[in-house]
Amino acid sequence: MTATTEVGGTGASRPEVGKARLRKEDRHLVTGRSRFTDNMVLPGMLHLAMVRSPFAHAKITAVDTAAAKSSPGVVAVLTGADVAGEQGSVPNVWPITPEQKGPDHPSIAVDEVAFAGEVVAVIVARTAAAARDAVELVDVSYDELPVVMDLEEAFTDKVLAHTSLESNLSATWVFDSAEAGTGSSVQEAIDNAEVLIERTFYQQRLIPAFMEPRSIVVDPTGEQVTMWSSTQVPHIARLMVALTLGIPESKVRVIAPDVGGGFGGKLQVVPEEFITVMAARRTGKPCKYTETRSESLQAGHHGRAQVQRLKLAARKDGTVTGLSVNLLADMGAYLGLIGSGIPILGAFMYNGIYKFPAYRLECNNIFTNKAWTGAYRGAGRPEATFAVERMMDELATELGMDPLAVRETNWIRHEEFPFTTVAGLEYDTGNYEAATSKAVDHFDYEGLRAEQKRRRDANDPVQLGIGVSTFTEMCGLAPSRVLGALNYAAGGWEHAQVRVLPTGNIEVVTGTSPHGQGHETAWSQLVADKLGVPFENVEVLHGDTQISQRGLDTYGSRSLVVGGMAVLAAADKVIEKAKAVAAHLMEASEEDIEFVNGSFTVKGTEQSTAFGDVAFATFSAHNLPDGFEPNLDSDATFDPANFSYPHGTHLAAIEVDTETGHVGILKYVCVDDVGVVVNPLLVEGQVHGGLAQGIAQALYEEAVYDDAGTLVTGSFVDYLVPGAADLPHYITARTETPATSNQLGAKGVGEAGTIASTPAIVNGILDAVRHLGVKDIKMPCTPSRVWHALEEAKTTGGVR
Amino acid sequence: MASSKTITVEVDDVSYTDDVEPRLLLVQYLRERLGKTGTLVGCDTTNCGACTVHLDGVSVKSCTMLAVQADGHQVTTIEGMATDGRLAPLQEAFHQCHALQCGFCTPGMIMQSASLLTENPHPSEQEIRDGLEGNLCRCTGYQNIVAAVRSVADGTVYGDSGVSTTVGETETAGVS
Ligand code: FES
Ligand code: FES
Repeated sequence: MTATTEVGGTGASRPEVGKARLRKEDRHLVTGRSRFTDNMVLPGMLHLAMVRSPFAHAKITAVDTAAAKSSPGVVAVLTGADVAGEQGSVPNVWPITPEQKGPDHPSIAVDEVAFAGEVVAVIVARTAAAARDAVELVDVSYDELPVVMDLEEAFTDKVLAHTSLESNLSATWVFDSAEAGTGSSVQEAIDNAEVLIERTFYQQRLIPAFMEPRSIVVDPTGEQVTMWSSTQVPHIARLMVALTLGIPESKVRVIAPDVGGGFGGKLQVVPEEFITVMAARRTGKPCKYTETRSESLQAGHHGRAQVQRLKLAARKDGTVTGLSVNLLADMGAYLGLIGSGIPILGAFMYNGIYKFPAYRLECNNIFTNKAWTGAYRGAGRPEATFAVERMMDELATELGMDPLAVRETNWIRHEEFPFTTVAGLEYDTGNYEAATSKAVDHFDYEGLRAEQKRRRDANDPVQLGIGVSTFTEMCGLAPSRVLGALNYAAGGWEHAQVRVLPTGNIEVVTGTSPHGQGHETAWSQLVADKLGVPFENVEVLHGDTQISQRGLDTYGSRSLVVGGMAVLAAADKVIEKAKAVAAHLMEASEEDIEFVNGSFTVKGTEQSTAFGDVAFATFSAHNLPDGFEPNLDSDATFDPANFSYPHGTHLAAIEVDTETGHVGILKYVCVDDVGVVVNPLLVEGQVHGGLAQGIAQALYEEAVYDDAGTLVTGSFVDYLVPGAADLPHYITARTETPATSNQLGAKGVGEAGTIASTPAIVNGILDAVRHLGVKDIKMPCTPSRVWHALEEAKTTGGVR
Repeated sequence: MASSKTITVEVDDVSYTDDVEPRLLLVQYLRERLGKTGTLVGCDTTNCGACTVHLDGVSVKSCTMLAVQADGHQVTTIEGMATDGRLAPLQEAFHQCHALQCGFCTPGMIMQSASLLTENPHPSEQEIRDGLEGNLCRCTGYQNIVAAVRSVADGTVYGDSGVSTTVGETETAGVS
């Protein structure tokens, strides 16, 4: 199905949308003229360094700052007690149930620390080196308390992560299709199952590991507090600073300049932001805090960290009759801004692309003595997709079916859209058949199956497996009513402004806040088509709450499908306003004016006036309709009625060396359907980056703590972010079924690669070694884990 | 704190003489003293490569060297790569191949790639990947970075700016 969705209401051709435009963003970044926060220097600027708890759980009995205070260059030392009245509690804005519990979370710990890395004191000094030197001089006395690190153990409440809580349970959230009226009873499905698959999966803790460590600069001079922060969410940060520290919003300005990646990790308003504001206000001087990588890994938020217990009921022909999911979700020591809601985002996706008739999910959010958790690329949805795609493979194995055939037996057929799922979502469009058959073609599925058989028959030491993963996700985090129904405190709309300059050049102000996605380029393409102006004549402004006055920022693949739509809606209003001026200038009636290819034309005549001329006439204001305000600027807010649902099929050919446990990716094919594509180059880049992160979960990354609560993977030496040689060449292709929840037809792409690739890789590994008796391997599937699984299979009777 | 030492370093064709503390890292000297903020810091364990510069033409991680060790040497940073407002081939290639997203790893990647191509002007894909081992990128998945380095090695970098280059064997136009 070819995309024919009209972007403009203008009848304009669409030379830009769909074109692989090179990025406007690049030039300053490739020449080293970047504006990352840590590059900023302000007159008289002071530097912060944090004194962090080495213990995962302890009472603070005394904090002696005398020696640090007299250290050279030190201007001030702040403790929790010093700022007790001022610092508020670091906010959580997603009480998933009215009963949700959480400990108070001061930015600087006052009398108890609950994870290693928590801030207990802050040095403010004239240089960064002086601040770091003085960290050693702060003498903190602790009484160590027992720690609880393991999620399943935490659920038993034998050891409490906080002395202030009676239980480690923060909240229990339940969805039941029979109760919700979206499906039948899971218990019945299980009781009557011809086949029942039960599995437990561990979603290891991951660290977003954006390349730019967090940096914050706060200038308190003047009437306003200005904060530059390496954040994905300047608007949300501004509101949280205002609410937490009791400063009116109008006195807070947040600027996100160049931001070196986020992946959800910078969708968190962190204690360090509040601390830097407090330090700047106390000293009256600009203050900077830049975390080290170790601090970033230790005290920044982590993702995933769930135990998933599943029961899948099915008939012998492969038809799934019900799915029950029991989740334990590790919150870490505190509730992050939206950490409590991450499992809920996944809860709606455990039915994947399938027509499950019955579904139940129970989620328990649990505290442990670890860093808090929050969004990490995909946020809840990769976990869900992993689980269901692993279960589909297990079902296929149980029934001796091809994994693609099992999926096809259950998926929603393209003619059945729109389709309301058992989880209550309405999938608007999709074509799983098309994406899958395209992936199969590109992959040479039959050929690789034959090669797999050959290696099996030959007892080749390097076995071949084929990993299948299909997915859909819920993108475009918006519908404010839906978010409200889920108890999320804010809405999900997005705002944009389109400003027309005297020359007819355009300034677009967007409420979204990019950190590598290429909004400037994509938004320019949208507006160039819409207003019929050259791509180069559009300037996109973002990431400064004083310029972009309203917005809800960038996460959850919402920017294009929500923010881009707001831009288009604002541009529509510009055209409407300009029509009145054009009509007046050409002495025609407004109804007779058409806007085509950047000019206003009187219908049925040759008479026409260019957009730029209307812009200048409006600016000069010499001859405007009576009462017309001399500007064409417009703004709009877009709040879609539904999410969008990108989908795709990923296939991986995996080689497993049975002698060493080494896993290699022979071939990786993904076909994604992200609806209408504004810029294929940007889409492809997002897919590549997403794949890298998903593959990394399958093979490399895990945040590991020891029993005492120390993060063992506290640097890039131990936390294995893959390098170029660790990742394969990806073959990417697309199908295109336009979304109907927005006029553009776009679906969102940022998380796709991550969501689908993890199960594709793990399914591939298991497909390679299942015949040797291996039933499951915990992620990350490192050589040692794979080797041990093979060895264990030998001793437990796996055939070799 | 040990007393300071005077060093003379030529950075991007300009000679600087400064008093520095012996413990000052080269990257701090470049960023904080010379204002060369194009060179970035992504880690504290010499793993990420964001800080890569050239010392006498060879890539080094400037977070792993002391400024005093650069005394009497020539340093090139990302800011010295473009000449007369014209991007160096690798800079152009990174742009054309969409080999950067957030751009934080990019200066280090470009400096390392330049060094790689000096040592081996015609690397295979695997040699490029191995050569970039010490430089982490969290955004791109590396494929387009490899393509950028490749295109410079193959001499195909200067295309019609504004039009996409085909990256690898990736199919991008798939509308069914
Ligand atoms: S900052 Fe030098 S290698 Fe990471
Ligand atoms: S482009 Fe973001 S880290 Fe490489």
